[in-house]
Amino acid sequence: MALDQSFVGRTYPATDPYEVGREKIREFAEAVGDAHPAYTDPEAAKALGHPDVIAPPTFVFAITFRAAERVVQDPQLGLDYSRVVHGDQKFAYTRPVRAGDRLSVTSTIESIKSMAGNDLVSVRGDVHDEHGEHVVTAYTMLVARAAEEA
Amino acid sequence: MAARISFDDVEVGQELPAQTFPVTRADLVRYAGASGDFNPIHWNEKFAKEVGLPDVIAHGMFTMAEAVRVATDWAGDPGALVEYGVRFTKPVVVPNDDEGAVIEVSAKIGAKDDEARTVRVDLLAKSAGQKVLGMSRAVVRLA
Repeated sequence: MALDQSFVGRTYPATDPYEVGREKIREFAEAVGDAHPAYTDPEAAKALGHPDVIAPPTFVFAITFRAAERVVQDPQLGLDYSRVVHGDQKFAYTRPVRAGDRLSVTSTIESIKSMAGNDLVSVRGDVHDEHGEHVVTAYTMLVARAAEEA
Repeated sequence: MAARISFDDVEVGQELPAQTFPVTRADLVRYAGASGDFNPIHWNEKFAKEVGLPDVIAHGMFTMAEAVRVATDWAGDPGALVEYGVRFTKPVVVPNDDEGAVIEVSAKIGAKDDEARTVRVDLLAKSAGQKVLGMSRAVVRLA
């Protein structure tokens, strides 16, 4: 089924703030096996010029993807979510995410394409802190694989 | 940000220290919990096979998190990362045994930007002989 092209360029209201906690960062860093002290030791982070522990680079995806899901699961868009896989992912950082941040995501549908029966949807998530300053932008391309022939 | 590598000491084509990252089923369960991604293709073999996968596969974001460590460990400060992008080309298949799978990551300097004092690190991630990430690039600001 062709997706509704009128969704391209649509921007969704900013999400409620997500408060980044030191222990959540620690849990994530341990889950990816990354022992860099800047993730767990505030003094080590300060020695590198950060005001508090920072999060590993891909940590913010948990927040942006939750926002993107709301968008791509919009029934009007017509995406078959059960066939969705992650096509590609990019982050552009103004600064690293750090403990104490209260982050909001504004999602925008950047493009909708159809290729060889697959539906490709690109969503941009602009992440700002509680002062309205830009932290990172996540670019997520989701692919709904073509349904198999019956 | 305070990367410990000096921009002037880096040359295009230079290789970074390669790393290997083992990944077992237990790692995937732990990552699911930490990231909130509970898609059963990452822990339920029966479900994975029903949707046409060879077996349980690692989260693409797990592989992405491992690969960038070759760049951030080298630079010294993960906060020096300016940009990081990948394409998920092939899944990392994780069998249900003690060994699991291995993600092998190598990297070299692809380009230098004199004005921004950043370098582009081109990452190559493989598992079981297959390239699992494409167009995998990290831009890092150096001292």
